[in-house]
Amino acid sequence: MCETCGCTITSGNKQHAHAIHANSGKDTIEVLTDLLDVNDRQAAHNREHFDAHGVLAINLMSSPGAGKTSLLEATIRNLDKNLRIAVIEGDLETENDAERIRSCGVPAVQITTGTACHLDAHLVHDALHGMDLDEIDVLFIENVGNLVCPASFDLGQHLNVTLLSTTEGDDKPAKYPVMFRESDLVLLTKTDLLQALQGDFDPDKAEKAVRTIGNAAPVFLVSSRLAESLDPWLGWLGEQMSMRPSLHLSRTG
Amino acid sequence: MHELAICQALLSQVEEIAQQNRAVRVTRIDLKIGPLSGVVPVLLQRTFLVARHGTLAEEAVLATEEMPPRVRCQGCGMESVVPTNKLLCPNCGDYHTTLLGGDELILASLELQTEDSSYEPLPASADFVEEHRDV
Repeated sequence: MCETCGCTITSGNKQHAHAIHANSGKDTIEVLTDLLDVNDRQAAHNREHFDAHGVLAINLMSSPGAGKTSLLEATIRNLDKNLRIAVIEGDLETENDAERIRSCGVPAVQITTGTACHLDAHLVHDALHGMDLDEIDVLFIENVGNLVCPASFDLGQHLNVTLLSTTEGDDKPAKYPVMFRESDLVLLTKTDLLQALQGDFDPDKAEKAVRTIGNAAPVFLVSSRLAESLDPWLGWLGEQMSMRPSLHLSRTG
Repeated sequence: MHELAICQALLSQVEEIAQQNRAVRVTRIDLKIGPLSGVVPVLLQRTFLVARHGTLAEEAVLATEEMPPRVRCQGCGMESVVPTNKLLCPNCGDYHTTLLGGDELILASLELQTEDSSYEPLPASADFVEEHRDV
């Protein structure tokens, strides 16, 4: 650390840094904006779009293979048929997940990020151009499977839902606190496997790990293979829909 | 590795501000980063060494101040500095806490060179190689 100013100096930039300090003609200006200001502004713009059209936008996040797409397929099969669903799928490559959703009779736009490990607000905005928001009540944005990077980028969603599958460790919320702390709902998925796992995954421990990072969000156990297990999740979705004031406005207006 | 995306966002913001202030170069960038932002300062530093090339911040020092997680208990009202993955109230153990800090990802200030006369930069290539190896 530089003793002159406290900045991070390495042996490589030391001489250079002190040369700067010795110079005049410099101004220090206070900025105090978020580094992701541009993304955040785009996210706010997306949210305005959603609100103007009465769309509830939900960002689904998890590690790869936790069952996001399977959960969406099961949700489409079991959710109130009067609710119009659409899906944005985020993956590095392939159109596979969007095709799975379309085969359930629901519109889906695939975003392929190439090598990028997360969706951002601009990618989502581009995807919105391929959708008619007037025809949508709930938009699920299935983020790239990754418990790290997606947590840092606001997409304009109203709610974050994070999945943790029973084949992962029940301590994952402690390992990935950034994402799990920001979750409005945590779904423990693939609970049909709990018996086969012989106690390796303890749902109570998983819930305790969510509480330990200061998150009071509901934690539900679901299996996309067991329709009745989805009831708490579907009930929660219904509650969120009814709590959206702009929805009432758009429906009665 | 979302630090590259964040670094590019930082640099475009820095360049915009530098141009608005008619600066010839940026000499120092000060950030405040909390661990709950999901950004690792050392990775951002390394990424910056690559991403800054060809920008007005090509020779800037990037300084990161780490902001510790702080919570206020909704039960007992105690304010505490806590570990990143243990955001409980250390006083009463309640998990109903409000985060007061630790999720910052803030461009705090910039130091801008506004006149060119007294500045003698090191050769950029040597600077980069040395720093990159060292960090």
